[in-house]
Amino acid sequence: MDKTTIAETGFLGAAVLSVSLTALILIFMLFLGFPLFKGGSFITLLTTPWNPDKGLFGIYPMLAGTLSIVLLSLCWAFPLSLGASALISVIAPAGFAKFCKKTVQMLTGIPTVIYGFVGVFLLVPFVREMFASGSGMSILSASLMLSMVISPTMILIFTDTFESLPASYSAAADALGASPVQKLVYVILPYSRRGIFAGLILSVGRAMGDTLIALMLAGNAVAVPGSILDSARTLTAHIALVIAADFDSIEFKTIFAAGLVLYVFTTSLILLVRIIGGMDMKNR
Amino acid sequence: MKERFIEIFIKSFAWLSGLLLLSAAFVIIGFLMIKGIPTLSLSLIFGDTSPADAFLLRRQVLTGLFPAMAGTCLLVLLAVGMATPVGLAAGIYLAEYGRGTLKSFFSLFCDILAGVPSIVIGLFGFSLAISLHHYIREIYPCLLISALALAFLVLPYLIRTTQFAMESIPAEVRLTAPALGATKLQNIAYVLFPRSLPGIASGVILAIGRCAEDTSVIMLTGVVAAAGIPGSLLSAYEALPFYIYYISSQYRDAYELQTGYGAAVILLIICACLFLAAFYLKNQLMNRMLYRQ
Repeated sequence: MDKTTIAETGFLGAAVLSVSLTALILIFMLFLGFPLFKGGSFITLLTTPWNPDKGLFGIYPMLAGTLSIVLLSLCWAFPLSLGASALISVIAPAGFAKFCKKTVQMLTGIPTVIYGFVGVFLLVPFVREMFASGSGMSILSASLMLSMVISPTMILIFTDTFESLPASYSAAADALGASPVQKLVYVILPYSRRGIFAGLILSVGRAMGDTLIALMLAGNAVAVPGSILDSARTLTAHIALVIAADFDSIEFKTIFAAGLVLYVFTTSLILLVRIIGGMDMKNR
Repeated sequence: MKERFIEIFIKSFAWLSGLLLLSAAFVIIGFLMIKGIPTLSLSLIFGDTSPADAFLLRRQVLTGLFPAMAGTCLLVLLAVGMATPVGLAAGIYLAEYGRGTLKSFFSLFCDILAGVPSIVIGLFGFSLAISLHHYIREIYPCLLISALALAFLVLPYLIRTTQFAMESIPAEVRLTAPALGATKLQNIAYVLFPRSLPGIASGVILAIGRCAEDTSVIMLTGVVAAAGIPGSLLSAYEALPFYIYYISSQYRDAYELQTGYGAAVILLIICACLFLAAFYLKNQLMNRMLYRQ
């Protein structure tokens, strides 16, 4: 075998290895969670409550906890990111916009554990004093901090989309005498709606996959939350908390169900983004 | 009139959200700095041991952050060392050899792997350790397993940055060497790869940062609160981000809490330096320097 063949086989081998890794993770989750799926009980698992004393090991409370924290954090982060990216791309003077963008890029580099740490000692006491309820570890605290974690990436995706507006569109709006805000509302936003949607979906995946913020700030109570001041446990935090349990117990097996749900959710979000991207290609 | 009102509303909303975000960021970083910077000292890192003794492993550091910092360094070196060759090779394959359906199939799987939550990768690493334990008795969740799982975590980033760096080389550069009779592999080795080094290097540095900050993968694959410097690849270890997490929930007294703030500031400084390095590489300030060799 000559050098070329060896190198090219190596390149192909590395690519195949990466692909099979993706599949292997799914296979491991299915295989180790398999005892739970026998007799079609997987759906039941997703809809029943968690009560080990009565032999109930449903992950419905964690599913509800994940969804409520993710949705609430998007309620904060999405308008904030849209406003901030409009400020950076259109409204602010050039110097300040550049400063904002640099700061936002810097924020993407801050470790999640640091957001969690500051949350525990700054945000949680604040929420506790403000609403005078319980420990302050709640869906509200977790979702506020989580929105700080996902906003920078979302802003960068939005500003990239805004700035990819063809120069001819921008010039046409200027020639018609549009103000910057009118250009934003009538040209940039309609042009970027797919990019905005894709950024939103990627952020949902990011918020759902985050472990530490919810683990540190949401209180981890296993119950379906009734209000935003209630404590909740996410699927990711459930995995982190139960990992120390006995390997053969049913309790332990449920973390593979949680892992599987997370895997399937994030994969479908990626597929959705791909489909939107594909439509983008055809329409332009 | 209505137009005017909408305009003012949109402008003030944008300014409000921008300033809110900036002030939240400054409050978070400022709080950490005010609480953490006064705690920084040699004794925070080395405890009662002298730095020379700690580095030469003559005496164990019992109260300082040194074992956690050493654990994080070893972990990053191992994980990035394992992921980089595979990531670069797969990236080169996707950029230069992959065509048509096969290429989009590979890049879809790469995107899916990038989207898998880190805790699921950690769970995979844990299951891998347990499965291997049936065959090799010595394998428990340990430094090696953590590094392997972290390598899986950063692999898609490395593949993507390599692929992107190589694909964005302009056509006139890409065609010069083949026009002079170079083979495809020669073109890659002597032109395309050196030319895309700044982009690849920034990807590697971002991967280092990702490994240094990740907590959810390592907490499932063998990190512990007190282990000292790891003796072998198969032993438990300490790490800086896990220490911060552990302190936030388990601190016993004010002094331990202080070390938590100190650890958070150290981790923040490390990540900021790595991030700045990656950022400047990406801006291709190093382009000429790396290409001159």
